[in-house]
This record gives sequence, structure tokens and C-alpha cells, in this order.
Amino acid sequence: MNVTSAIIRLLLFPGVLFAVPAAWLFLWLERKSVALMQQRIGPPFMQPCFDFVKLMGKSTPPRQGVNGLLMRSWPILAVGSSIGALALLPVFVHFDGFAGDLILFLALLELPPFFVIAAGYTSGSLFGEIGSVREAVLSISYSAVFVTAVLAIAVSQHSFRLQDLAEAPFSPLRVVGVLAILVCIPAKLHINPFSLSNAEQEIYAGPMTEYAGPELALWEISHGLEWVTMTGLVAGLVLPRTGFWAADALLFVAISLGIVLLLSGVAAATARLTIDAATRFYWRCGLVAMVLAATSILFMRSAL
Amino acid sequence: MNAGSCNGCDIEFVASLTPSYDVEQLGILVQGSPRHADILCITGPVTHNTKKAIQTVYGQVCNPKAVVAIGSCPASTNAFIGSPMVDGPLNRHIPVDVFVPGCPPRPDAIVEGIAKAAQIVAERRCQPASGEGNSASEEQAQ
Repeated sequence: MNVTSAIIRLLLFPGVLFAVPAAWLFLWLERKSVALMQQRIGPPFMQPCFDFVKLMGKSTPPRQGVNGLLMRSWPILAVGSSIGALALLPVFVHFDGFAGDLILFLALLELPPFFVIAAGYTSGSLFGEIGSVREAVLSISYSAVFVTAVLAIAVSQHSFRLQDLAEAPFSPLRVVGVLAILVCIPAKLHINPFSLSNAEQEIYAGPMTEYAGPELALWEISHGLEWVTMTGLVAGLVLPRTGFWAADALLFVAISLGIVLLLSGVAAATARLTIDAATRFYWRCGLVAMVLAATSILFMRSAL
Repeated sequence: MNAGSCNGCDIEFVASLTPSYDVEQLGILVQGSPRHADILCITGPVTHNTKKAIQTVYGQVCNPKAVVAIGSCPASTNAFIGSPMVDGPLNRHIPVDVFVPGCPPRPDAIVEGIAKAAQIVAERRCQPASGEGNSASEEQAQ
């Protein structure tokens, strides 16, 4: 990956120029599909974009007793790491990824939850701190499953390059790993039944409680970008390669949208779990998925 | 926000958030934190105990913002007029943009009041853009 292609990936596709409108589309699709499932009409198509413009035009409150610079930097860092992770996604064949990009990808994916936790503590709000604690406990629980599932798929292909994982021929054993990743996505995206950290009306808005205006807009974008990255990761892993770039891109978007609908369905059909139930879920059920994913490597490796 | 209301308006307010009225089609969302909100909805005749809280929460909503007074109580203190516990009406303490009178008002009247407040917020913006009237968030902290 040379500098030019890295910049194109970061700024054009699948970076900023694609990802920000895609983030708005995904956020709208989630809200709209939940509304339709509840027999409502739901928000207008441009609503997430309007909200972003609206928040950018709002004032930021004066802060006393908290570190303003830190407060401002967390959402910027979260957006930066989400875009970085997105740029590494293997949408096209032969994009010249570098050896070990999977490790960077995982690290960049783990950063936004860390920034959310830090933001909650920096804000000095009681609700922010409760949200941060919940986010920390939850992220420890699902990260074990998530990282093992991704690494299991990587080890089965003897490679830490996302490109190799995406290009590998489809195997039914990989489904186990992909399912384990899917189980972690609701917790990573803070949607029901794992919307504990930003539990609205319960602890106001969790770590985001003290954020307003442009900073909140950046958090919204970061959340949308996480949607695009996580669905993109699953889409990249299950994408059948046609060999034609436009068909690949279309399929990639179609599978991503399908996953958004699936997750929205789960979110609409479930209620918020308590923190101990959510943690127990990941340490028990998630652990089973983790062990299955790890076992499937052995079979895949012996099949290779 | 409840400023000493009898809960009648609050019940109607919650009814206006149900799927049958679907305020989300106007882009209205209930926000937990006043920092995220544009429009502050207040019910009740403003008692001495709630005065400070109203001013604090009003100060926490970032500009541009609007206030909707739901029910007859915040408009005129209604049945509680002359009570030693009441320090209303609401516009003695904070500027009110939209009054939704009624004891209690119907949910569709509340939704219309919030939609009007959203237009007021859109007009107050530094850089007005088309369609922004839809993007109102609404705050209710009880």
C-alpha cells in the first residue's frame, strides 16, 4: 500500500467520502426499520444528515472543573480511529494491504469504546461515569469473543492480512466465526439488548451526557462509522468474489444493508438487559461461540 | 420537565410519544440529557421547589433553543392561582416560546406545539438551512 492508495482509501472509498453518507444511511435505515416494525412511519430519509448539520450549528456549553481540551479531543480521536479501521476494509481484491493489517484493524476497532470510556470519566458527570463503567465491563466481555473469532478466521488462513481472509474460498466452518462476530456487534454498537452504556432515560445518555453541539455531532458520526465498519467486516468476510469491482462493491453494500436490517430487527424485538445478564451472556454463550470458532480452525487447518 | 404538575399533562405528553402519534416522523426524539436537546417541554404551575431546577435545566440546553409550556398551569397557574406554594406563571422565570393550553391538552396539540417550537429553533439558527425545522430534539426530565 503506497501513500497515494492509502490516502484514496482513507478519503474516498471506503473512507470518508463513502463512509459518512453510508453512516447516515445506516443510522436512518436502523431508525426507519425499527419504526416500521412498530407500525410507525419513522424519520425522514435525510434526518441523520439534518441532525448532524443542526448539531454543528449549536453552541458548546461553558465547562467548569473539567479538562475542555480532553473533552474536545475524544470525539475527534474516535472518528479518526473509526475511519482508519474503515480504510483497511477489504472491499476490492488486490488492494495491496500490508502484512499484519488485521492487527491494526482490530486495534483501531477497539479504540472507540476506549475513547467513550475516557469521555465519560473526563466529563465528571455521575451518569457519564456509570455509563463508562458499564461500557468497560461490557467491552471486556465481548472483546474476548470478538477478538478470538476474528483471530480464529485469521489463523485458519495462516495470515494476518485482511485481504487474504477476504479472498479465501468460502467454507462452512467460517460461518461459526462470522456468527461469533455477529453476536458481538450489538454490544459494540450499543444497540438493544446491549444498549447499557448509553441507556437513554435510564442514565440519561451515559458517557455522552455532557456532550453538546459539534462534539456530539462527531460522536454521532463516530457511531455511524462503527456501524459501517462492523457491518463491512462481516460483509467482507462472507462476500463472494465476482472478480468485477463494481459487482463486488454493490454486493458489499447489499450485504452490509442486510446486516443492518438484521441488527435492527434484533434491537426492535429485544429489551435492554441488565449489566450482569449482559456480561453473563458473553461469558457463557459467547464463550461457547468462541470455543466453537477456535475448534473450527483445527478442522479448517487440517482441510487446507 | 415537571414543575409541580398534577401529572395530567405528563400522562398526555407520554401518550404523544406513543407509536400512534409517531413524533419521529417529524424528526422529534426524546433526549435524556438537556445538553442534547433543542426544545424544553415544561408542565406544571412552577412551585418554589422547582424554580431553581427549571433555571438550571434551561441553562443546560445549548443555543439555539425553545421552550414549550404544556397545559394551562405554566401559562396562568390555572387552578393553583394564589397558592403560597406556587411562583408561576412560567414566563416569569424563563422565556417561553409556545404555549399549549388545555387541562390537560390533547397529545396532537402537544405535537403541534413542539413542531412550532422546532420552526422557531430553525429560525434562530446562525446559518439557516432548508429542512432543519424537522430536526428537533425534545427533552423531558422528570
